[in-house]
Amino acid sequence: MSLLDIKNLKTYFHTRAGTTRAVDDVSFSIDKGEIVGVVGESGSGKSVTCHTLLGLLPQPPAKVEGGSVTFDGNDLLDLPSPLLRAIRGKRISMIFQDPMSCLNPYLTILDQVAEPILTHEDVTKDQAEGRAIEMMKKVGIRDAEKRARSYPHEFSGGMRQRAMIAMALVTNPDLILADEPTTALDVTVQARILRVLRDLRDDLGVGVIFVSHDLGVIAEVADRVVVMYKGKVVEQGSVESIFENPSHPYVKGLLACRPTFETKFRILPTVDDFLQTEEAPDGSLGLYERPDAEARLAELKRQIDTGGNPKESGQNESFLKVKDLRVHFTSGGGLLSKPHETVKAVDGVDLSISKGQTLGLVGESGCGKTTIGRAILRLVKLTAGSVVYDETNLADLPPSELLPYRKRMQIIFQDPYASLNPRLTIEQALIEPMKVHGLEPNRSARRDKVVELLEEVGLSVDHLLRYPHEFSGGQRQRLCVARSLAVEPEFLVCDECVSAMDVSVQAQVLNLLRELQEKRNLTYLFISHDLSVVKFMSDEIAVMRQGRIEEFGTATDIYENPQSDYTRELLDAVPRADF
Amino acid sequence: MLRFITYRLLQGIIVLIALYTITFFLIKAMPGDPFTGEKNIAEETKQLMREKYGLNESVFHQYFLYLKNVFTEGSLGISTSKAHSVNEMIGQSFPVSCILGLTALSFAIGLGVPIGVASAVRKNSWIDYSGMALAMVGICVPAFTVGPLLQIMLSMKIPLFNVAGWETPRDVILPAITLGLVTTAYIARLTRSGMLEILSQDYIRTAHAKGLPVSRVVCKHALRGGLLPAVAYIGPAFAALISGSFIVETIFQVPGMGQHFVNATKARDPFLLQGVVLFFGLLIVIMNLAADILTGFLNPRVRLDQE
Repeated sequence: MSLLDIKNLKTYFHTRAGTTRAVDDVSFSIDKGEIVGVVGESGSGKSVTCHTLLGLLPQPPAKVEGGSVTFDGNDLLDLPSPLLRAIRGKRISMIFQDPMSCLNPYLTILDQVAEPILTHEDVTKDQAEGRAIEMMKKVGIRDAEKRARSYPHEFSGGMRQRAMIAMALVTNPDLILADEPTTALDVTVQARILRVLRDLRDDLGVGVIFVSHDLGVIAEVADRVVVMYKGKVVEQGSVESIFENPSHPYVKGLLACRPTFETKFRILPTVDDFLQTEEAPDGSLGLYERPDAEARLAELKRQIDTGGNPKESGQNESFLKVKDLRVHFTSGGGLLSKPHETVKAVDGVDLSISKGQTLGLVGESGCGKTTIGRAILRLVKLTAGSVVYDETNLADLPPSELLPYRKRMQIIFQDPYASLNPRLTIEQALIEPMKVHGLEPNRSARRDKVVELLEEVGLSVDHLLRYPHEFSGGQRQRLCVARSLAVEPEFLVCDECVSAMDVSVQAQVLNLLRELQEKRNLTYLFISHDLSVVKFMSDEIAVMRQGRIEEFGTATDIYENPQSDYTRELLDAVPRADF
Repeated sequence: MLRFITYRLLQGIIVLIALYTITFFLIKAMPGDPFTGEKNIAEETKQLMREKYGLNESVFHQYFLYLKNVFTEGSLGISTSKAHSVNEMIGQSFPVSCILGLTALSFAIGLGVPIGVASAVRKNSWIDYSGMALAMVGICVPAFTVGPLLQIMLSMKIPLFNVAGWETPRDVILPAITLGLVTTAYIARLTRSGMLEILSQDYIRTAHAKGLPVSRVVCKHALRGGLLPAVAYIGPAFAALISGSFIVETIFQVPGMGQHFVNATKARDPFLLQGVVLFFGLLIVIMNLAADILTGFLNPRVRLDQE
């Protein structure tokens, strides 16, 4: 008998806007000692499935419309709440995505890790705390005795996620629901956490439902894979069969649209190249393979052969030169006290980019890559060093003379939700930079320009009067691209601009950036923590660590023949789907 | 911690000096002086009086003299209208206001916090709606309506309390309710919105996933964070409550401090006015500091920033 058996589960959200079928007839099961990977894009219903199992969804608006979840002979969906509470945190525990927001900031780590024991077992506080500290050591929290009484904000992201895992494991559960447990973490930390989960499966026979949008992670950790799309399971099977020989067009598209170290495509395939969707009148969705999918893929492959790499020929004069760049931040301090400490975010960095090329900047969180991007644009104050842009040292320019350069250099931020003003229509948002720089003579000319830009990024004139909240994440990032293009820049800083996106959307935005680069001869500084994406986009790559450049070279050199240990460690930590 | 308190107290002194300066020059800008009135006083007598209170000196001399007296002797001057020392007058009336204010605040917290928590936990239920309707009434209905209503209901129709006066301990109850009603309403609303925000946080879901009963989730995981907005409000609100209310004192015949604010202004009594304003400012500074310390106690993230 399987450990947990989900049959025909249906969870709908009923709101004023209508009914959303978040989970629509999902069935799968999990055995003891098995890791089942549930993969899908945002909105595919994978998290909602997990939350439904433990009854954690706010009802209303959520409502379980049907199905059963059998665990240990009981249907979890029908269990009265005291009995369900006895299972939650004791026999089935959950690891949540964001360790920052999922730990209570007002309570100590120890308090929170020991809490499940105190809730479910009849032990003294000391015993519970002892066991909590044991478990924290086991998941790799160093100095657990000393650090246990810290508050969550005193822990780093990786440490917090480990505390979260310790909290889930401390009662020796039979089943762990891990909802994107490593998404917020750096690759090296992620690799360690995946190891912990695999050890648990092997040593204690724990079953794990591992939810992720990252196919690489799923390939590395899971025994079986369930692929979800729009609330439905589109394919399930062993990890090899899914990755080596997918049968569903959506899965094929998902696998193809993700850049890997081996990707040779110049323009990435997208899910739309494979999949056609049709909505039936009753709201259910039909998914079909495109008849011309093979032809489309062949066309993309042909472009690699003929297109080659057109930008390599003789454009080697440096366009942007950064010399000995330093940015230090001092924290604390005030009228009567000295500054507490200096953080050397960027500490002596040299870089150069040639016109029309892309320089990739990779590194783990906190390594200073974002600060470099902002320092080049003078969005932060430089402590020392020079930024020579087209033979002018921007570091010396008084703010009044910066304006013409602001027109030439633009930035696309990571979070397209936060970087568009929710109270401006798209038209207003795109016209604003033109006004600032006095481009286009009048309102109607600007408006025409906006329409042109929207079409260039794949949106249309119908979108002009809408507000940002009416767009999806991918569309918003396109808007951000359009906004930065409004002033006709030559140089773009892309700061983690696809990190928040699903792979299928990511492919579209990457393709867009590529096309624009070729059409407008743009120069990119492409900042990302994702090594595969950087490899896909860049001609040259700089690997950063703790405010310095660890290694610098052409993209192929870095990936095929890394010189520094750190680069090698980074590359090794990237989960890959190779069997 | 000690450094934080010293720093804030120094800041407070600057605030108080600024407050004094503004008050002083506003009083000087008023037409007339303490001795212009309906009564016909001989010009010579007025001149003598001005000399006695040092009001014939230059404006700047007066400004610095008062400041010097405050700092060196702690003296807030002599009231020109009552011919008593301002210190003594505050000393007599403040304890009364303080007891009244404390009772009002206890009432406000004791009633406001539970209403706020219950409304947030049972959001959009009849508890929420009636709690918030009550709070709205508390904010909207002025003290000069609530006071007499209470007097009619609880003193005249059902003779539980004295209508007015300040003799027995029971006399504090009706004015305290009248005084604390607005504060209760604000605390209830702030607690509700604070709790609602915390209850929608991811870590509350984590707490549920651990299998904790709802009461534990609310009391242990949500309450500390949920109370923060209310705590920030309670500091200055407390200062306002214990410094007296002219309206409530008049309705219930309570010899508190609130009367001085109004009487001093009416009598153009510069020293009494400056004295009570400064004293009130000092209370605000101290209560804000207390609220900040309490916030630090509740919120570990703030605690770290201060050190």
